[in-house]
Amino acid sequence: MPGVLAVLEQRDGALKKVSHEVLTAACGLASGIGGAVEAIVVGPPGIDTDSVGAFGGEKLFVVTHEDFKLYQPEPYAAAVVERVKSGDYTAVVLGATAMGKDLGPRIAARLACPLAADATAIEANGGIKVTRPLYSGKALSELTITSTPCVISVRPNTFTAKENAREVSVEVIQAPDGPNAAVRARTVVVKEPETARLDVAEAAVVVSGGRGLKESENFKLVEDLVDAFGNAAVGASRAVVDAGWRPHSDQVGQTGKTVSPQLYVAIGISGAIQHLAGMRTSRVIVAINKDKEAPIFKVADYGIVGDLFEILPRLTEEVIKARGT
Amino acid sequence: MKVAVCIKRVPDTETRIKIGSDGKSIDETGVKFVLNPYDEYAVEEALKLKEQSGSGEVVVIALGSDTSQETIRTALAMGADRGVLLKTDAVSLDPVVNAKALAGELEGGEYDVILFGKLAMDDSSQAVGTMVAELLGMPGVSAISHLEVADGKGKAEREIEGGVEVVEFALPAVLTAEKGLNEPRYPALRGIMLAKKKPLDVKPVELEEGGVTMSRLELPPPRAGGRILGEGPEAVPALIEALQTEVKVL
Ligand SMILES: Cc1cc2nc3c(=O)[nH]c(=O)nc-3n(C[C@H](O)[C@H](O)[C@H](O)COP(=O)(O)OP(=O)(O)OC[C@H]3O[C@@H](n4cnc5c(N)ncnc54)[C@H](O)[C@@H]3O)c2cc1C
Ligand SMILES: Nc1ncnc2c1ncn2[C@@H]1O[C@H](COP(=O)(O)O)[C@@H](O)[C@H]1O
Repeated sequence: MPGVLAVLEQRDGALKKVSHEVLTAACGLASGIGGAVEAIVVGPPGIDTDSVGAFGGEKLFVVTHEDFKLYQPEPYAAAVVERVKSGDYTAVVLGATAMGKDLGPRIAARLACPLAADATAIEANGGIKVTRPLYSGKALSELTITSTPCVISVRPNTFTAKENAREVSVEVIQAPDGPNAAVRARTVVVKEPETARLDVAEAAVVVSGGRGLKESENFKLVEDLVDAFGNAAVGASRAVVDAGWRPHSDQVGQTGKTVSPQLYVAIGISGAIQHLAGMRTSRVIVAINKDKEAPIFKVADYGIVGDLFEILPRLTEEVIKARGT
Repeated sequence: MKVAVCIKRVPDTETRIKIGSDGKSIDETGVKFVLNPYDEYAVEEALKLKEQSGSGEVVVIALGSDTSQETIRTALAMGADRGVLLKTDAVSLDPVVNAKALAGELEGGEYDVILFGKLAMDDSSQAVGTMVAELLGMPGVSAISHLEVADGKGKAEREIEGGVEVVEFALPAVLTAEKGLNEPRYPALRGIMLAKKKPLDVKPVELEEGGVTMSRLELPPPRAGGRILGEGPEAVPALIEALQTEVKVL
């Protein structure tokens, strides 16, 4: 019986959180259309894959090579496609992360099969239906997959990882080639940022600042709040990115990142339609703005009207107290 | 340097989406359409590559209905040399189908660089450029925010979670543009006048049948929203209380 292949993601030898979400999405799919969940992870030797069985994987293929410390698009795609061709799968599921957004299209192109990118829900009941946001989240489409295999990438933080213990058998495969001469593009290095803070797309809490902060230096107030929360990231509106106060990697919105954290705090951000597109699926939204008519309040669960320069220090203090740190 | 750029016509980012009466598409009444914002970065980069090399040609290619001619003219007004419209009534919901049609046109074009936007603002698949790289068997780097090209080789940077990947490749190559790659130029009046006279080829294409159909298109559920807890720092304890007890995120 055909199964579902979950493509897992590792960084520095550890599975990323999104991998458990991918396994959960794959299990949901498999329970509706039948078959087992198998998983594949590509990376350097020594990846810690202990949790795969706990999240529902029954078979795990680990494809390793010394030179797979960094994401190498072509050999990674080759490894997954090789697996799909030697097995029997209705669907390939992966995370819509920086890696997955590059790898998914490569797999689908090599298999000449449909791709449903950035899915927020999957319904499997004999057939497969995928919900995915269109128009930067201003509309939701429900697509019916009419040919298999298909590739589905799932939006991070959307499929809550559920434990589903299984006996997992592991097969380690030594990849024949690393990023060798036949490889057309090669990742040579990953430059790490100066600060050790989390990325907006991955953090459980995102505190974003906008033009209301008045100048770049005042982002210190946002950073203090981020540090008070822990497990949090600094985000930004496009206005402040274009002004050069923050790097583009912090930008949330239609031409920045789409985020769905547990808590999104918008500070001195008006709530333009392009900004809302990037954060409206957050679980809880808090807005702080001196203009009570600001559109951000229309999507916020909780709002405080007032001067952010007075509110932020107090908020940071209270968060520290509440967390008892 | 011969450069191709694939461009798409999409609703302006300001658009408030309304669902059409068929429940499967948007109501286009009153919607303003623009050159996809990420494709503006791609066109700008193409123009810069041509300018840096001192000679060459920038060709813009759109797959779509006749209305895409206007989008092509926008890119021509920015400075591209000629346009190609691959004419079809409707693009596919299945990205690989559109990628195949574009790859068919690009194949054999002897381009040094083929540029795409990172993502089209309507279908938001973020797939077509990378698929074309695979279909043409060319090096492909997606979502680049920095590019250096010299002596038939390239080096690009792409943002990943918590870092920046540096990728090296040989030309010809397929690249998709992220915001931050450059500052797109605005078409000047002279450019707009010149664009009217630039060549625009219209080629009808038959798209393959894809593996995806639309069952339903709807607006996202509205957020309840709008509970103002108070004014100024005095409202902070009420917020902490709500975060701790109501929604339990603290
Ligand atoms: C093609 C396109 C793509 C775009 N993509 C994005 C995107 O990805 N992300 C994005 O964010 N934007 C995007 N934009 C820009 C968007 O339209 C807005 O211009 C931008 O979001 C505004 O940023 P802002 O809210 O920081 O600034 P403003 O709109 O200027 O708002 C500042 C807010 O701060 C408040 N304020 C000022 N002082 C204080 C104070 N002392 N205390 C409390 N509040 C205060 C004000 O009341 C105001 O509401 C895009 C635009 C276009 C055309
Ligand atoms: N119909 C089309 N015509 C021309 N280029 C397209 C078309 N669809 C997508 N593209 C290109 O592919 C990029 C990514 O689109 P997508 O994969 O649909 O998000 C866009 O930014 C364009 O550069």
